[in-house]
Amino acid sequence: MNHSTPPPSARPSAPPPVLEIDGLELRLPAGRAARPILDGVSLTVRAGETVGLVGESGSGKSVACRSVLGLLPKGSLTAGQVRVNGADVLTMDRARLAALRAREVAMVFQDPRASVNPLRRVGDFLTEGLRASGTPAAEATARAGELLAAVGIRDPRGALRRHPHQFSGGMLQRVVIAAALAAEPALLVADEPTTALDVTTQAEVISILARLRAERGTGMLFVTHDLELASAICDRVYVMYAGRIVETRSTGELFDRPRHPYTAGLLACTPRIEAGAPAPRPIPGRPVSLAEAPPGCAFAARCAHAVARCTEETPALARHGEGLAACHRADEGIQL
Amino acid sequence: MTAGEKGLVVEGLCKRYGDHTAVDGVSFVLPPGGSLAIVGESGSGKTTTVRMLVGLERADGGTVRLDGHDRSARPRGREERLARARAVQMVFQDPYLSLDPRITVRGCLDEVLRLHTALDAAGRAARVADLLDRVGLGAREADALPRGLSGGQRQRVAIARALAVEPRVLVLDEAVAALDVSIQAQILDLLREIRREAGIGYLFVTHDLAVVRHVADDVLVLRSGTVVESGPVDRVLGSPEHPYTRLLLSSVPRRGWDPAEVTGRG
Repeated sequence: MNHSTPPPSARPSAPPPVLEIDGLELRLPAGRAARPILDGVSLTVRAGETVGLVGESGSGKSVACRSVLGLLPKGSLTAGQVRVNGADVLTMDRARLAALRAREVAMVFQDPRASVNPLRRVGDFLTEGLRASGTPAAEATARAGELLAAVGIRDPRGALRRHPHQFSGGMLQRVVIAAALAAEPALLVADEPTTALDVTTQAEVISILARLRAERGTGMLFVTHDLELASAICDRVYVMYAGRIVETRSTGELFDRPRHPYTAGLLACTPRIEAGAPAPRPIPGRPVSLAEAPPGCAFAARCAHAVARCTEETPALARHGEGLAACHRADEGIQL
Repeated sequence: MTAGEKGLVVEGLCKRYGDHTAVDGVSFVLPPGGSLAIVGESGSGKTTTVRMLVGLERADGGTVRLDGHDRSARPRGREERLARARAVQMVFQDPYLSLDPRITVRGCLDEVLRLHTALDAAGRAARVADLLDRVGLGAREADALPRGLSGGQRQRVAIARALAVEPRVLVLDEAVAALDVSIQAQILDLLREIRREAGIGYLFVTHDLAVVRHVADDVLVLRSGTVVESGPVDRVLGSPEHPYTRLLLSSVPRRGWDPAEVTGRG
């Protein structure tokens, strides 16, 4: 399915990218927002890689991840490209989009109850895509049973006959993951897939996702507000603020030596469970709403390191260390 | 009335719904000005427990006393009902649902003061201004409707409303769970400050063990309506004795965490 050629800079051993978001800009029609929802967002997910996209509400992380399926806010204007296996999603026609969603990209949302039809049996939900792509009914049912077993549901045959209300939230999220895997997609996009789950259930669901990635080499874009979770499961992390990527690097680097004050602030305000961990330190102010379009760096008003230049000139995302950061003072070494 | 007893004392609290026992003999003590976290997963009975404490649910068994006053029996008359409401106040998880969308912040606080105090209009206005200042809100927010406020600001309003009646105990039911992490830290800071100044006891209902480390002195771990472990936070998080507490702790994501170890899947 891969039609892309790797960029010349990529190491020959690096697996090919399954997702490349390239300079994505997304605006709502005039009057509905003062700033672009997404402003020059670029990110890459390679086969077998788990990539985190973290940020607070209004950062644009959910909009960015939905764009991968071609799900855009009504009336929005876009620029840039979202390429899945080399093909641009934003220019696809309906038939091509349907094929993309059925076979190449699967999505898992936060609330499993919102993603399944409550009136239909779980078996119908799981086999729908397979039957639509021509798999005979009996074969599709057998395959659905295997998928449920793979995500740890006991008595998969019986589960196929049950309705969504007969499952707990955690069990239903497994069903949704099973459905997402039915077509063996190259890319799984997960938008806060465990936020609504209990912590022990979260551990089970994350363990399933990690195992599937290892076994099938699925690339995963994992959207979360939970930095501790991102630090635990992602290879690389992108941090978003007010519609822009403000920092990206490998997980270890990002958490040990953040270069952007917002990343450092997020780390400092996240409560940590270890004994003797410092008390969470708040970031003053609040995230930028869509009605606000501050000049310069969107984080300047909350930033302890801001200088005059920060409110005048928008910092570009540039290389600092082995990753990228969008801060005028990234080179100075931030101590928070 | 038990003479000389201080704080919130809960003994053998029970609640059944049909055949299902939601809360089964829960006992604990919250000393005056103390901070106790009640942790557990969905269905553990943590929310039902605190709803009985504030009087939103009626207990099927057990007693609740605050500073020696029994709160388990039905209140005798309006005065006693109001006095009980003043003593224990609650802040809910969802600041979008716990405020009346048609009433301004000022109106919301004024209503509480009219119901519970003998202050005149000028006295109430001064107190509203005090309360808003206390939670870090200004005149612009005072005249706003809830829809004009951010989630963090609404939770500040909910806290101001609870503080308006000078409670002895504040019950915080997942009160920071729905907030962005940078805002959550602001609210935790505010709550720490209020507790230091006013000596209010906190009962923190939460699923988040990392938050427990930073807000509570003691912790109670609930599972299926029963207390499986309790004690000082450092002891319970540092050397948990019950297997379920250990499971909860090992399920918390952190760097180097391997979920497969938690769940026993290879």
